[in-house]
Amino acid sequence: MKRLYLLAAAAALGLSTGGAGAATLDDVMAKGHLQCGVNTGLVGFAAPDENGVWEGFDVAYCRALAAAIFGDPMAVKFTPVTGKTRFTALASGEIDVLSRNTTWTFSRDVDLKQTFVGINYYDGQGFMAKKSLGVGSATELNGASVCIQTGTTTELNLADYFRSNGMEYDPIPIETNAEAKELFFADACDVYTTDRSGLAATRASHEDPDSLVVLPEIISKEPLGPLVSHGDDQWADIARWVLNALISAEELGVTADNAMEMAAGTNNPEINRMLGSEGNFGEMIGLSADWAVHAIMARGNYAEIFERNIGVNTPIGLERGANAIWSDGGLVYSPPFR
Amino acid sequence: MDGTTFVRKEILAAQSPPTSEIGIGGWARENLFGSVFNSVMTVLSATAVVLFLAESLPWILQSSWTANSLSECRERISDRYGEGVHGACWSVIRERYLQMLFGFYPSELYWRPILTFVLLLGALSPVLFPSIPRILLVFSAVYPFVGYWLLWGGSIWGPFSIVAGFAIGIFAGQHVKYRIAMIAVLILSVYLCFRISGYLQTAAPVGIEPIESAQMGGFLLSVTIGTTGIVLSLPIGILLALGRTSDLLIVKAICVGFIEFIRGVPLITLLFVASTLLNLFMPPGTNFDLILRVVIMVTLFASAYMAEVIRGGLAALPRGQYEAADALGLDYWKSIRLVILPQALKISIPGIVSTFIGLFKDTTLVSIIGLLDPLGLSTSIRADSDWNGIVWELYGFVALMFFIFCFAMSRYSMYLERKLEISNH
Repeated sequence: MKRLYLLAAAAALGLSTGGAGAATLDDVMAKGHLQCGVNTGLVGFAAPDENGVWEGFDVAYCRALAAAIFGDPMAVKFTPVTGKTRFTALASGEIDVLSRNTTWTFSRDVDLKQTFVGINYYDGQGFMAKKSLGVGSATELNGASVCIQTGTTTELNLADYFRSNGMEYDPIPIETNAEAKELFFADACDVYTTDRSGLAATRASHEDPDSLVVLPEIISKEPLGPLVSHGDDQWADIARWVLNALISAEELGVTADNAMEMAAGTNNPEINRMLGSEGNFGEMIGLSADWAVHAIMARGNYAEIFERNIGVNTPIGLERGANAIWSDGGLVYSPPFR
Repeated sequence: MDGTTFVRKEILAAQSPPTSEIGIGGWARENLFGSVFNSVMTVLSATAVVLFLAESLPWILQSSWTANSLSECRERISDRYGEGVHGACWSVIRERYLQMLFGFYPSELYWRPILTFVLLLGALSPVLFPSIPRILLVFSAVYPFVGYWLLWGGSIWGPFSIVAGFAIGIFAGQHVKYRIAMIAVLILSVYLCFRISGYLQTAAPVGIEPIESAQMGGFLLSVTIGTTGIVLSLPIGILLALGRTSDLLIVKAICVGFIEFIRGVPLITLLFVASTLLNLFMPPGTNFDLILRVVIMVTLFASAYMAEVIRGGLAALPRGQYEAADALGLDYWKSIRLVILPQALKISIPGIVSTFIGLFKDTTLVSIIGLLDPLGLSTSIRADSDWNGIVWELYGFVALMFFIFCFAMSRYSMYLERKLEISNH
């Protein structure tokens, strides 16, 4: 792991000297499509359907970004990247933007020379146990065997949590989520730990989801968001404000259905500035005046994207919780369009 | 002494063997219950097989083929076979088998990979079976270009000009005296033909729809990487093995260095180099295809192992064979081609085929660098919330497909060994 990390750092360094200053927007325009790095497969976040068309929560962001640039949500090609290849793919310019449930951390931002453009999902590591185990809280897990994916931040969080609570545990290291699921369902370990969105998806895939319980403790902060390479602030601005437009659209009541109608002009000056009927924000950011209209019409505003892919009415069934808009008591918040 | 000793005058008519020695009973007595140990092993094995089938057959058969999601599968199975029955959800294979085979290749163009595969069999047959007319070897030589063009599409002039360049070069080379000059003529003509292909395309655009590497996946990817690696690693491996046994110091040092370096590094590392490091070394803007990079790395990896397998064959030949070839007055290449290699390769067949099979199975490692081979695709399919939670069905399908390919290779190697064994006597 450490070696890969160094590799990625060296790669990023090499590129920041070589490729800095290149206008990504011009390159993307010249190519005619956006190249977006996504997960090779994570339920609700990124998956190809039977026709090979990618959809999901992370994918929807890429479609919005492509729509803002080209006016066409399908003008995007997807590069599936793994946890190990994602940062070099971005640093080498193989992908223009990475939207792959990536946790925003200090070292990734500063040392790997990347720019996180915002947070689109507030996740956190949790535990899932069989109800029959009779455990109601993670503090009762002393001596438990824990299924854990190796080489991830979850492994380190787990060690920290048990040590700071003075508890012992027996780690069962596994490589993939699918393997973990099989082992956990087959009683090879008492508890399974990963991000809570992943736990919810795993629980939903069980034959009898009610026999599993997600423990209330959240032992880490995992703010997930899209990111771009250091060195091109205009491109980072575009990526950031497309995300902000989706979030603001929820707050201001702009949806995929009414965006076109509202773009003609409303009584709310902020909506007018965002959708381009007032001011010249499109020109400032280097896109057409109606860039935000296209972005919102791609897959809807933040709430629509959330509900369609991972919300309570999907098999994954995640509550908005911390991911509600700030005015509803959540953490999702966009700076104003002014 | 009168003749009390009895001497039979006529031969007795042959009798049929006792019933305990013939038929199923006799076969079982001999093969399954020959000794106490044998009998115990037979009973244990039979119990294991029965237990395995008793567990797996109901799961395989009490299944659903028509549902549209895992939960629907479970409902249908419990409706049909009763509550609490666990059955396979083969519906996922029915819905996704084309994706498992072709990845994201456009469905209206599936004929192209299929045709490529059929032509591959055609191109391989004269190489594999000596009874096929030799003239078809010409097609085998041209096939790599045809296959490349069919799979990736684009202008026909690029591959065509290279083939034409080779043809012209070989034809012209026959009129040149020295080997070095022959090679120079060949390279020159290929280069020139490749340069004019661009003009040909603008003059007469002929081509089929180009397909990007990112659209390839599934078994199409495994077979493409595997076949290319297999076909290229054998000649490269032979050259490396000859280089390693050569007396020329520099050639030998290069070959030993290459082989030992590659064998000292895990394939995963090479794949990471291909996927992440290589494109950092290249100038920004170059787009060096990921699959091409992976194919190169896999080929280099297999070549190093192949070289050692063949070197084993070379070492196993008695010294007298080398001396006999020298005594006949053959030069180095002739003695290698006519005397040494036919024998050395024959000895190495089991090792060569093992390397091939290993290489083909190793292609699944590309899922680690994000290429969607069958294993990578099974993760992607599971990420569809309809099929989240399906494991055994997908892996079972992948295993079955790999078994078909690898078993065929293994049987061919046995056929070849038997055939060469006979022709040797």
